[in-house]
Amino acid sequence: MSDSGTVRLPLPAARTGAAPAQRRRVWRNSPLLRKACILLVLACVWQIYAVQLDKPLLFPTLTDTLQALWSSLASGALFTRIGFTLRTLLMGYAAGILLAGVVTALAVGSRLGNDLLETFTAMFNPLPAIALLPLSLLWFGLGNGSLIFVLVHSVLWPTALSTHAGFRAVSPTLRMVGRNYGLTGLRLVLRILVPAAFPSILTGLKNGWAFAWRTLIAAELVFGVSSGAGGLGWFIYENKNQLEIPSVFAGLLTVILIGLFVENLIFRTIERRTVRRWGMQA
Amino acid sequence: MNPPLLDVRGLTLRYETDAGLVTATSRVSFQVNRSDRYVLLGPSGCGKSTLLKAVGGYLAPAEGQILLKGAPIRKPGPDRMMVFQEFDQLLPWCTVTQNVTFALTASGRLKAAEAEERARHYIAKVGLARFADRFPHTLSGGMKQRVAIARGMAMEPDILLMDEPYAALDALTRRSMQDELLQLWEEIRFTVLFVTHSIPEAIKLGTRILLLTPHPGRVKAEHRSDGTDPAGPDGELLSERIHRELFSDAREEEAGHV
Repeated sequence: MSDSGTVRLPLPAARTGAAPAQRRRVWRNSPLLRKACILLVLACVWQIYAVQLDKPLLFPTLTDTLQALWSSLASGALFTRIGFTLRTLLMGYAAGILLAGVVTALAVGSRLGNDLLETFTAMFNPLPAIALLPLSLLWFGLGNGSLIFVLVHSVLWPTALSTHAGFRAVSPTLRMVGRNYGLTGLRLVLRILVPAAFPSILTGLKNGWAFAWRTLIAAELVFGVSSGAGGLGWFIYENKNQLEIPSVFAGLLTVILIGLFVENLIFRTIERRTVRRWGMQA
Repeated sequence: MNPPLLDVRGLTLRYETDAGLVTATSRVSFQVNRSDRYVLLGPSGCGKSTLLKAVGGYLAPAEGQILLKGAPIRKPGPDRMMVFQEFDQLLPWCTVTQNVTFALTASGRLKAAEAEERARHYIAKVGLARFADRFPHTLSGGMKQRVAIARGMAMEPDILLMDEPYAALDALTRRSMQDELLQLWEEIRFTVLFVTHSIPEAIKLGTRILLLTPHPGRVKAEHRSDGTDPAGPDGELLSERIHRELFSDAREEEAGHV
């Protein structure tokens, strides 16, 4: 061991070490990259397993699935299904939120309303909305009405619950500040209470959306045809009956992608622009 | 002599708790004149904060009257701006400037353009011009209280009501905030009703100090202050005298009960 050796050794080590260190930093700091890698690995595993299995009726390959997805998109068939599902969903979601607003207003406004909301949410929150579908079919027939009834149930209770909790958690100081400006009644609610409770309201909207999306796909699987059109759930069910298994997988993939899009892009963006910016994370 | 700006006459305040009806103050009377720095001083339980809330219009008197410029106070309003102790008194969804302009426009005092201009003016006065576009959660406690004070003053109320605004700050910040308040007062000569439980703070900030004793709150004495702590004819410092009046008598009373 010569002196010059000990001096020279760290230099090349540092030079070659710089690039991996940088790569490690990129790896550590970008969750998106890590997740993309996981997806890539999963896709490879899927493809290899399906090719080896060689039973396209049970487990189609990734390439077949993507091909089916592409051809359904290109023919426009999948788009009409998506459009149908989203339209129904938005109607039910909007009605559910509107009702949640009314119910919350009643609950905030009076003690009896408060007890009413607590009783109803206690009753209906543990009940999966889809369990109401048989009754709903009986009452509203084979049509959009039934789907919307079930959707409203899936949205109303979780949304009302967290909105109500949000209102109750608004600090007394903020209420007093609002009244100090001479705000009363509806103006106090809209200009102070709603923004102050917004983190909880947003959580409610997010939960409501998640429940509605899952409920609707499930409901459409049970029955989806009305006036000659069906939604995504029906697309999956129909293709299974026709043994178009790659299309079944393509339908499932679409459900996942739309769910991811709304939850991670739309709601995440709203969150970033509002509650995160305001430092109000609920 | 002019009639007082704020006239509190024989005020008894009660509020409901789970344990029953609590009498916060009993027959309290005092008068605040324009440009007074009037301090309500007393230990906890003397009803000073409740008194301030009643002047704010959040609590109706059980007995007696509160008159502002001769008219009884019935509800909260922008002619009496509150500055609270809590840091969450700023609207978290508004920037510093928006917090001030919101107060001005929501109360109908000013239109948006004028409100913006006035907000900038008062934010500069409390030394926060550089932070005008920041959101409250990015500010320190002292800065938040400065915004609340700027907001209160921008409304140019008849009287500024301050409820222990510096109690949650560290000692150094508290001291510089007190100095700033005095400086602002020298400039604008606003009227302020200030609640505190600190004798040095009362002497430093007040031109007049009302002593309240607890359970229920009663007026013990009223003193004038020039910001120093002068010795009386018998050599007793003002702070010592206030301390004696607030606490030694209470102790005698307690001893009497035993």
